[in-house]
Amino acid sequence: MRVRFWGTRGSIPVSLTWRDLRDRVAQALVAANGRSLDTLERAYAFVEGHLPFSIAGTYGGHSPCVELDTGGASYFVCDMGSGARPFGAHVMARQAGAPARINVFMSHLHWDHMMGFPFFVPAWTPGTTLRIHGCHANLEAAFVRQQEPPGFPVGFSRLGAEFEFVQLEPGRPIEVDGVRVTAKHQLHGGDSFGYRFETGGRSIIYSTDSEHKLEDATETHDFVAFFRDADLVVFDSMYSLAEAVSVKEDWGHSSNMVGVELCQMAGVKHLVLFHHEPAYDDAAIDRVLAETRRFEELTREGSPLRVSSAFDGLEIAL
Amino acid sequence: MQLVSHEYAGTVVLAPGGRLDHDNSEAFRAALQPHLEAAARPQRGVVLDLSNLEYVSSAGLRCFVLAAKQAKAQGGRIVIAGMQPVVAEIFQISRFNLVFDIFSSVRDALAALSADATAAYDRG
Repeated sequence: MRVRFWGTRGSIPVSLTWRDLRDRVAQALVAANGRSLDTLERAYAFVEGHLPFSIAGTYGGHSPCVELDTGGASYFVCDMGSGARPFGAHVMARQAGAPARINVFMSHLHWDHMMGFPFFVPAWTPGTTLRIHGCHANLEAAFVRQQEPPGFPVGFSRLGAEFEFVQLEPGRPIEVDGVRVTAKHQLHGGDSFGYRFETGGRSIIYSTDSEHKLEDATETHDFVAFFRDADLVVFDSMYSLAEAVSVKEDWGHSSNMVGVELCQMAGVKHLVLFHHEPAYDDAAIDRVLAETRRFEELTREGSPLRVSSAFDGLEIAL
Repeated sequence: MQLVSHEYAGTVVLAPGGRLDHDNSEAFRAALQPHLEAAARPQRGVVLDLSNLEYVSSAGLRCFVLAAKQAKAQGGRIVIAGMQPVVAEIFQISRFNLVFDIFSSVRDALAALSADATAAYDRG
């Protein structure tokens, strides 16, 4: 089982500017002062071994799209944010002309989680089977409407794939191509749904756009049960805790600290911070990751919880 | 969770001790309530003396925010004093250090709120 992150940014895609790139190159050159980097091999070794991620890489800017590669013939993907465009390119390259069968699971129907779909090439490709799962009653209508004028020039009916929209019921597991999938209702404007995927003795939770009301013990208990013993939890950590409980209360998102607490209570192995605030640059996300790891140390009672921060292109093997 | 209170010329100092987490945050919130109501007069301040608090979780921090909102609505103010290093670190990670005025000691906190309260504190 592999998890591939194609889009990890919340709310709206972002990208590095020329200034960002220039500053990184300048910092890298200063850091390399005195070294002999006369081959690409040596340069790569320096970049990968000596520069922080916020200079050598970037968390990236596509909005949510996360693939679960089960090793089976069909694809599993959560959300169709702008990361769906590179995910589609990956599918097309891997299929090399063979028809693809793709299972999509939609957390909700907000713009940032659907905007990549009109640019998802497999949807335009005859022979593709696309099964779009979700808990919202207007799941299909939202996809059709996104491609209506004046928003997009080519209508949904022109897509070449064969479509099936599958309505899920929270709390009722279903079997999809050998994977057991359970949806859970989450607190977010217009509702959102998290998913628990279980296959081959592994379990992965995708829980984004989810606010946690800390005074509600029942809600906490329910999420701990949903996360219980998961190998990996992809968690909405868009805000600081202070923001989430004050100025951004009821905005429908959570924090890194609540992610650590829920995962520790549930005995989760690996927490992945996700749905990064678009105003954060790479250094800010690096700082949040370091602080989250420190908070995990401060609060640890049992086995360590591994903490990572998602970035576009991250692959995690389970 | 203990909550010790003192009053200095109308300014209340509340000192929770031990750990404040998901298990006892609602009880702590209830314990705070009568003190906040008693301090519900304009210009009155409350000092949360955290020198005996060993740990605070997200649910505990939320209690502080709710108390601060209530105090503000009543025309008062809550400040923080005397955090232990671990609690100070949690305030920084949560960004609560940007939400509250934080002082190294109860006396410094009182001095920021009221000269009368500071004098009363100094008199013991």
